[in-house]
Amino acid sequence: MTSTISLNQLAPGQSAKVKELKTAGSMRRRLLDLGLIAHTEVMCLGRSPLGDPSAYLIRGAVIAIRTKDSQNIIIETS
Amino acid sequence: MGLTNHSTGISAIDSGLIIKRQHAKDHVVALAGNPNVGKSTLFNGLTGMKQHTGNWPGKTVSNAQGRYTYNSESYILVDIPGTYSLMAHSAEEEVARNFLCFGRPEAIVVVCDASCLERNLNLVLQTMEISSKVVVCINLMDEARKKGIHIQPDQLSKRLGVPVVTTIARDKKSLPALTKAIQQVTQKPAPCVYQVAYPEPVEEALSLLTTVLQKKTHHKLDNRWLALRLLDADASLLQEIKSLLGETFLEDPELREAQEQALDLLAAHQITPTKLQDLVTASLVSASEEICKDIVSMDQPVYQFRDWKLDRILTSRLLGYPVMILLLAFLLWLTITGANYPSKLLSDLFFWLQDKLSALLLWLCVPLWLHDLLILGIYRVVAWVVSVMLPPMAVFFPLFTLLEDIGYLPRLAYNLDRPFQCCKACGKQALCMAMGFGCNAAGVTGCRIIDSPRERLLAILTNSFVPCNGRFPTLIALISIFFAGLTGGITSTLLCALLLTGVILLGIGMTFFVTWLLSITLLKGIPSAFTLELPPYRRPQIGSVLVRSVLDRTLFVLGRAVVVAVPAGLLIWLMANLSLGDMSLLKLCSHALDPFARLMGLDGVILLAFFLGFPANEIVMPVIFMAYLAEGSLIEPGSLTAMKDLLLAHGWTIQTAVSMILFSLFHWPCSTTLLTVHKETGSLRWTALAALLPTAAGVCLCMLYTGICHLWL
Repeated sequence: MTSTISLNQLAPGQSAKVKELKTAGSMRRRLLDLGLIAHTEVMCLGRSPLGDPSAYLIRGAVIAIRTKDSQNIIIETS
Repeated sequence: MGLTNHSTGISAIDSGLIIKRQHAKDHVVALAGNPNVGKSTLFNGLTGMKQHTGNWPGKTVSNAQGRYTYNSESYILVDIPGTYSLMAHSAEEEVARNFLCFGRPEAIVVVCDASCLERNLNLVLQTMEISSKVVVCINLMDEARKKGIHIQPDQLSKRLGVPVVTTIARDKKSLPALTKAIQQVTQKPAPCVYQVAYPEPVEEALSLLTTVLQKKTHHKLDNRWLALRLLDADASLLQEIKSLLGETFLEDPELREAQEQALDLLAAHQITPTKLQDLVTASLVSASEEICKDIVSMDQPVYQFRDWKLDRILTSRLLGYPVMILLLAFLLWLTITGANYPSKLLSDLFFWLQDKLSALLLWLCVPLWLHDLLILGIYRVVAWVVSVMLPPMAVFFPLFTLLEDIGYLPRLAYNLDRPFQCCKACGKQALCMAMGFGCNAAGVTGCRIIDSPRERLLAILTNSFVPCNGRFPTLIALISIFFAGLTGGITSTLLCALLLTGVILLGIGMTFFVTWLLSITLLKGIPSAFTLELPPYRRPQIGSVLVRSVLDRTLFVLGRAVVVAVPAGLLIWLMANLSLGDMSLLKLCSHALDPFARLMGLDGVILLAFFLGFPANEIVMPVIFMAYLAEGSLIEPGSLTAMKDLLLAHGWTIQTAVSMILFSLFHWPCSTTLLTVHKETGSLRWTALAALLPTAAGVCLCMLYTGICHLWL
């Protein structure tokens, strides 16, 4: 069974696949350049001391994304 | 290797994109690649230069140039800022893109990180759309091998149709293969390079445009690439294209018609501009993925969870901040302890030499005024700069560089992003702030890694709220003299380090406060998008960093001592010995400043020293000593103890010391930093504000502190 949530709801240690990006403009380009296209696997590694931003493993690289931005990244967990 | 002479001080100012050809035959070669793949290390290896390198994405923010010769042909190598793609987002990425697209280099080396080749290929494929004169250089092969990643470069070369070489940038033996491939490409471009295939409607639209473009023979840009840009209509890029091909080129009726047809075709397939962007990027990403499937094999999952174990401590909820502060305190303690011995040695040496020199001059029967000018004026100030100011600078710098080399700085930005977000600023400001500890001018240039102009300006304006390398010795000397004790034992150095940490934290706190203040007043706006890469930790090149960095810093400070301290010494001596009426110029100036300085808990001499220290912060303390001596002191400051006596003799109290510490933390940035701010903002108004903000903060805090002391003590 799959469920659709936004990336910021992914708990540390969990993985999911990207469904769609609900951002526009430069942030969208930036995320796409990081390889965050549909069906890309993303894993949440942890959060910074104050809980935001969080670190994600995307195509072998660790990228920090703020909650404000990650809530616009829709993912599918299985 | 971290900050070097080439990246700090006056050299931190970017000279822009002017290729310095010495001969018409010089080949221009661009060095491109994702951030943090070792481009600058390769650049240094090839050219023998000392560009700033460090383990964090984005430390190269401007184009650097160097030369090398191979087979008696000479090449100009241009190190351009790292970028993930050629669809630029930030100022620094625009620099990269514009050079690759419009700088017309004769070869483009795209440097890739062997550990994540797939992501790096994205840029390779985009670059190959612009030019066929591409060399793919897979760097950091040693690290990849350790991680169990195997790459077949020959296969990749066959697939892409361009030369592929593998290198280990730190090992110069691996570089000849690269220079050979560059020569090969400049002489004979690859006949048939791989092109990314886009979905059917996009290809159709592209072919409509390329047919027309082929007729227009401009030969300056690749037609397919230009066609694609005409479709996705990036405003800043179109502007650049116009300035290259002429205003009227894009207005050509036939071209306009083809463009409209192509856009209609896309619209008929429900492909909006955003959708087109997605399709193009997705095609590039999938192509990279597909190519890598056959070329890269891994023994284990690529990501090293060992790295994350370290990150769990360094960025943990409980330990993140304490570890950060402890690390800073430890670094400062090492600096204080490490600087003690050379400082003592140097000061003994200099004062021994002073006696000898003085005797020599008297023996030569030089006039007394010339003897005084040379010895008491020039020699003494230089001696203080070198013996008191130089050691802490020469020790702190390499330590900071090591931290940078390991890859800790991006974690700092990660930890501090939240507070910066509350100030409506960008977490990457933490990186610029950290650079500021080394040199504020370098920190200001470093602000280019911040995408949003508003957030960049916030970072630039607040950079000098953290003390730079040149201000550390003053702070250390004052804290040691007045608070931590002069025994030099472990307790006093530890206490000194802790107090200094407190002072720096005050600077950081002020950075946050002023950033917040600016973001609700002059620079209002919402925080922009933010992504930050946390690169894997790397083992630093300890030996070479220490040797190089200590040497570099020493030479730098010595050089500046000659350029700045000598004239300052001369000036002070002249001011002390030339009089107007019955008062020396020095007295006249310091008396004029005195009433205002007293309000801040300082005296006229101290304030005057800060003015004279405008070219370089490290001469402030020496100038103060010099001025006190010129006022007729009998104490000769050699050691810190003697300095203390001199200061006490001139009415210094603990309150004076606190005020002085506050003011040296917050006052106008040095001349180089202000020049850099002007260069980066292009505006006198912002430059004035960059000087005014810390000065106002310093004056207010000093007056507040002095006022409180007067009321309650």
